[in-house]
Amino acid sequence: MKAMEGELLKIENLSLSLGGRQVLRELNLKVEPGAIHAILGTNAAGKTSLAYTIMGISGYTPKEGRIFFNGEEITHYPIFKRAQLGMTMAWQEPARFEGLTVEDYIKVGMKEKDPGLIKEALNFVLLEPREYLKRVVDKTLSGGERKRIELASVFAMKPLLAILDEPDSGIDVLALDHVVNLIKEMKRRGTTILLITHREEVAEIADKASLLCQGFIVKEGEAKEVGEYFKKKCLPCPVYNPEEKIEEVVEEK
Amino acid sequence: MSKDYEYMLKAYAESGGAPEVFKDSRVAHLVVHKNKVYGSHTVKGLVLEPRETETGVDISLLVEKGQKIEYPVHLCFGVLPDQGVQEIRIRAKIEDGAGVSLLAHCIFPNAVNVVHRMEAEIEIGNNAFYEYNEVHYHGTTGGVEVVPKAKVKVGDKSYFRTNFSLIKGRVGVFDLDYEADVGESSVLEMTARIFGYGDDRIKIREVGRLSGKGSRGLLKSRVAVKDNAQSEIFNELVASAPEARGHVDCVEIVQGNARAKATPIVSVLNEFARVTHEAAIGRVDKKQVETLMARGLEEEKAIDLVISGMLK
Ligand SMILES: Nc1ncnc2c1ncn2[C@@H]1O[C@H](COP(=O)(O)OP(=O)(O)OP(=O)(O)O)[C@@H](O)[C@H]1O
Ligand SMILES: [Mg+2]
Repeated sequence: MKAMEGELLKIENLSLSLGGRQVLRELNLKVEPGAIHAILGTNAAGKTSLAYTIMGISGYTPKEGRIFFNGEEITHYPIFKRAQLGMTMAWQEPARFEGLTVEDYIKVGMKEKDPGLIKEALNFVLLEPREYLKRVVDKTLSGGERKRIELASVFAMKPLLAILDEPDSGIDVLALDHVVNLIKEMKRRGTTILLITHREEVAEIADKASLLCQGFIVKEGEAKEVGEYFKKKCLPCPVYNPEEKIEEVVEEK
Repeated sequence: MSKDYEYMLKAYAESGGAPEVFKDSRVAHLVVHKNKVYGSHTVKGLVLEPRETETGVDISLLVEKGQKIEYPVHLCFGVLPDQGVQEIRIRAKIEDGAGVSLLAHCIFPNAVNVVHRMEAEIEIGNNAFYEYNEVHYHGTTGGVEVVPKAKVKVGDKSYFRTNFSLIKGRVGVFDLDYEADVGESSVLEMTARIFGYGDDRIKIREVGRLSGKGSRGLLKSRVAVKDNAQSEIFNELVASAPEARGHVDCVEIVQGNARAKATPIVSVLNEFARVTHEAAIGRVDKKQVETLMARGLEEEKAIDLVISGMLK
């Protein structure tokens, strides 16, 4: 089945339960090609669960709803097939690998293994290629280094859609500017970005934004407007995630 | 050069060795086929004396006081026919202030019924080092039984390190047993990387006694088994001196009908010593595999890449 013209990613009526808890609820989302689309939400809103469901991670099979990518329904595709169609994800907490060098890790997703592009990707995230290409992607990397390598590997893959799960967390102020530049450059080169964050100042670089609360999308629109709303309403939200509040929030939408 | 020697060199190259080194006069070497010494060369500071026996070769290796051998000593042990027994006995002594690194290739490429026993006694003095890198290639039929045993005594302020690797071809039956006593401020490091399949049987027993003050020990095992292969690892570290530190680190990845078992034993006999262990046995880590799949690799290729990284 084909999705409507115009969206690269379309999610219809998606619900997901994990361990008996409903984590995503009747969620609808459209991401325009070429856009940076931010997903804003506080801790435990369901952002990572949404990313995993889109990517097809095991255990994150929706009980209801459909996902379309580039006009093709992918709801039940295995991860690698989604990736081969042109989507990928930078993990909030990326895995570590024994014996796999930074260079080899970045190469995994690249169709043409252009060494120039690998270096460019590392430079973008402020990691000196000479120093890092032969490092191993194992426990010896700091958390921030590992996250930046994750972003570099997504950059080098040149995907149609990059799901970036909190690319800003664990990144220091100096490197943050570079991460932001990298995201903008990815967009310039034609990658559509689903940018997950709970920092509204990062969401500012987005074109569009959706606000996720308790598994619902409670607000959608221009990134600036949604960001303002998030800052005013969500950050000070006094009662964290009370079940009875959800109805209210959804009403407001 | 005899035909057999030529075959030996060919098999040596196929198992990853570089036969040119046997012509380099700066590099000491020893090539043994069954119980015949095909080639032997030594360098200044190193006494290397092989003696042929009925079933193998007895080797005496001595690094003289204060001599640090510049290039790794290259050893090659093999049985080329499909049958045969080879028993290698090594008496090694590294005198005070001396050091040597060895690179051994053990090759049994056509084995159907081959037994290789290695028995080493290694004595390392003070301020000395001994490094033993061992690469095995057993062919693809699995008809090999390999039984390496070593007893090692490490003096003070010295270094002993072994790296065992068997990651191409079948294992057959493998039963390793190494024991080391470690003196004051000395370091022991034993690493084994093995990939087993078919009905391979892998057994590793490594014991480190950290009996010198401030001694250090690391026992590291990386094993992947699939099909009906089985692996059993006993790693034991005993710290009996103040400030002794040790760590046992064991990862075994299991696929198919394979079985794996790990028994890390850590004992501390001194209140100022500390030994830790970590063991992860089971299927390959899901998140690692899915990370690679999210870059477009099919599941099987992703698993292979995780395993080959672990065994590197
Ligand atoms: N496997 C699971 N089993 C049960 N509950 C889960 C599971 N994974 C996530 N959850 C729950 O789902 C909710 C959403 O989690 P998720 O990780 O998607 O949040 P998030 O928005 O990414 O939060 P954060 O900002 O902290 O990363 C949380 O309440 C979490 O505890
Ligand atoms: Mg998250």
